[in-house]
Amino acid sequence: MNNKDGNVLSVREISKYFGGVCAVDNVSFDVREGEILGLIGPNGSGKSTLFDCVLGQLSPDSGEVRIGNTNVAGKRPCELNKLGIARTFQTLQVFSQMTVLENIILAGQEHHGSMFSRLFGKRDAGLTEAADEMIAFFRLTHVRDEMAGSLSYGQQKLVDAAMAFVAGPKLVMLDEPAGGVNLTMLVDLKERLKTFNKEHGATFVIIEHNMEFVMSLCTRILVLANGKIIAEGDPDKIRNDPVVIESYLGE
Amino acid sequence: MRPVVIAGLIALGLLVILPFGLKSYGIYVLTLWMVYSIAAMGLNLTLGYAGQVSLAQAAFLGIGAYTTAIMLKAGYPFFAAFGVSAGLAFCIGLVLGYPALRVQHHFLAFVTLGFNALVWLVFRNEEWLTGGTYGLMGFSRPTILGVDTSNQVVFYFFSLGIFLLLAFVLWWIVRSPWGRAFQALRENPIRANSLGVDVRRMTLLAFAIGSAYGGMAGSLFAPLVEFIDPHSFTLDTSLMLLLMVIIGGSGKFFGPILGALLVVLLPEGLRFTEGLYLIIYAGLVIVLMVFCPSGLLGVYDRLSAAVRIRLAGRQEPSGGDVP
Amino acid sequence: MGEFFQLLVSGLSTGSIYALAAVGFTLLWQASQTINFAQGEFVMLPAFFILVGTHVLGMNFIVAVLFGLIVTLVLLGFAFKRVIIDPMLPHGVLPIVIATIAFGILIRDSVKEFYSAEAQAFPSFFSEETMSVFDVVISLQDIAILSMSLATIGLLQMFLTRTRTGRCMQATAQNRAVAEILGVNVNRMILYTFLINAGLAVIASVLISPIYLAKFSNGQSIGLIAFIAAIVGGFNQIRGALAGGLLIGVVDNMSAAYISAEYRTAFPLLLLIVIILVRPQGLFGTSEERTV
Repeated sequence: MNNKDGNVLSVREISKYFGGVCAVDNVSFDVREGEILGLIGPNGSGKSTLFDCVLGQLSPDSGEVRIGNTNVAGKRPCELNKLGIARTFQTLQVFSQMTVLENIILAGQEHHGSMFSRLFGKRDAGLTEAADEMIAFFRLTHVRDEMAGSLSYGQQKLVDAAMAFVAGPKLVMLDEPAGGVNLTMLVDLKERLKTFNKEHGATFVIIEHNMEFVMSLCTRILVLANGKIIAEGDPDKIRNDPVVIESYLGE
Repeated sequence: MRPVVIAGLIALGLLVILPFGLKSYGIYVLTLWMVYSIAAMGLNLTLGYAGQVSLAQAAFLGIGAYTTAIMLKAGYPFFAAFGVSAGLAFCIGLVLGYPALRVQHHFLAFVTLGFNALVWLVFRNEEWLTGGTYGLMGFSRPTILGVDTSNQVVFYFFSLGIFLLLAFVLWWIVRSPWGRAFQALRENPIRANSLGVDVRRMTLLAFAIGSAYGGMAGSLFAPLVEFIDPHSFTLDTSLMLLLMVIIGGSGKFFGPILGALLVVLLPEGLRFTEGLYLIIYAGLVIVLMVFCPSGLLGVYDRLSAAVRIRLAGRQEPSGGDVP
Repeated sequence: MGEFFQLLVSGLSTGSIYALAAVGFTLLWQASQTINFAQGEFVMLPAFFILVGTHVLGMNFIVAVLFGLIVTLVLLGFAFKRVIIDPMLPHGVLPIVIATIAFGILIRDSVKEFYSAEAQAFPSFFSEETMSVFDVVISLQDIAILSMSLATIGLLQMFLTRTRTGRCMQATAQNRAVAEILGVNVNRMILYTFLINAGLAVIASVLISPIYLAKFSNGQSIGLIAFIAAIVGGFNQIRGALAGGLLIGVVDNMSAAYISAEYRTAFPLLLLIVIILVRPQGLFGTSEERTV
């Protein structure tokens, strides 16, 4: 899964243009196994676009994305997911017409067996136990059979995260997981992410605006501005970096 | 037992008993309803579960009907014709769907509309194959396992058997992980994609299976009406099938069956109005769409949810955010 | 060679009428995400209102045309929007598709039942004369129709780009939310679009009915061609709908004469399918991503 440098993900010289506007400008970085990498930057700095390029949602105009030793730039999101990369989206994306349990089974079923077994095998693809474990992990057991759309915003965020985790991904990319979540839930979410990272050795990359969330959770931080990486380091270093402060204040 | 199961058993009982109390024409209408239900069920998979608007279902009905008529005339046994009709419709569905499903939804409607119109032109013009505007006849209802199905009642039960079998197959598909994937890609294809659901492949499958059901319905249609011509497979027919799915409740399993019942029976019920019936029918459809766009089963859902809430005095699930 | 030009001119002429229907169709889609499957019947119906005016109410032709115009604007513009489209817009495109299909059937059968199932003669504004240009016989009616249609579309385009109301309508079509914030009365702009569509339908009806006779079943063929023209030309540009209409008119005529009369509709249909698959924004449309 890792390439020869022990990196789960290597991004090399990714660029993306929209018309004449450069959203991502020659960005390169590595993601080391087991780390929690934060990606921050002022609005419009290109974070989500970068995510989308890495995750196959958009095709980058140039550059490589390496998982292990294969260049996966331009591969479809479902293929990347099967390679062990999971993601969440900025806007909430649980399936509101399905129960919590169904949502999580769905997230896991594409990783179990084949098309054939998914048609002729068991209704739940043998995943009820694993799903229940994940539901318990996020302390959602009491809403297991509720329609996902009827839950509170914070609960849906947890379901979203559960869906990302259930297939046992090697790399989880979270797009603003803390957005719109109240303080209590936030503490919960942070703690669950940390625990999952420790217990399963999963690697995280997180886009966030919530500084407190990022600083207390991430082991390393990249700062993006105007489509370029302007700083990199541990939370303390970044907190005190004048270039970073300037880019946030001077916009 | 759950109310749905009870209702289903009652319905089944009715289906078995009814033909003995009806005249020949009534049994014919009932059989026609089952045949259209099969086509509508297929369209429901494509539209209701996978979210793709197809106006080509009549073309697949026609492909199945003509294939079966031609093969029956040539002396092939019915199930051979049935199998070929299903397979042909499935393959053509794949070929049409592969490029067509990459376009946005409203465009797909037009591509399938164009396809239906083109297929109809072939039906009308290629007299050597399809009899052109004169149509095809001279094929009779088949003999199945030594039983002659010419009799209206016998053919009814034969159709009932096939209908139940195909309904079961669809029920199985929809309840399987495939069905879950279909539901996901209808509600949110981007999210489904990011979870590993091969959206392209599943959409294509739903479309092809839906088309195959159209072909199989057509295969039953031919011996039922014993005379087929292009008139039965126009855009109007595609729209009628779409109507069946929407009226019953798109995306619900029994929706198309209910919708087909209404669409087939209503004109019969309105027959007394003679020339006005299509006008009244169209007017009723408009009223229905204005007042319950989610179809009749959608109305049923809302009503039963309201009743449930009233009975239980429920509140919103707790465990939410504490401010 | 002479025949070719004749076909070309008559193709452009009928095509320009299709273009009117296509433009209206496009405008409705742009302004309010309405796919009007009854557009063909919209073009068929006004002629019958006018015939009612002359045959039943004894008006002279011009007055009857005005009568037909007013009735059409009220029924197919205002009432159509308020009674059918407005309640269904929140529920997505599909119910509107079904409802407009049903509405088309309603119109078609009402004409058949309440007026006549027979084709009706319809008086023409223009003379039946022809003229010879370089051995080519060209019908003056064709020239007149072409001119009228182009003039109508030209005026419409000027209205949309040069007047304040027109620009508000364009803003509404491009980005409704922003238009609303900027103070545009969005609902009224959409109403105007429906009224314009009804108006275009009247003009198209008056132009086409003398040629094809007024018959209840006209709507089906006109409607199909209008959709094809709108999509092939470009679903988000008036220019596109115009170009699409002219192109389809010519293709239809030429293929009937030179290739196959039976498969005449097949060529516009094939064009439709190919364009959607290969260049969905149409030949002259711009590829803007619409969030539906």
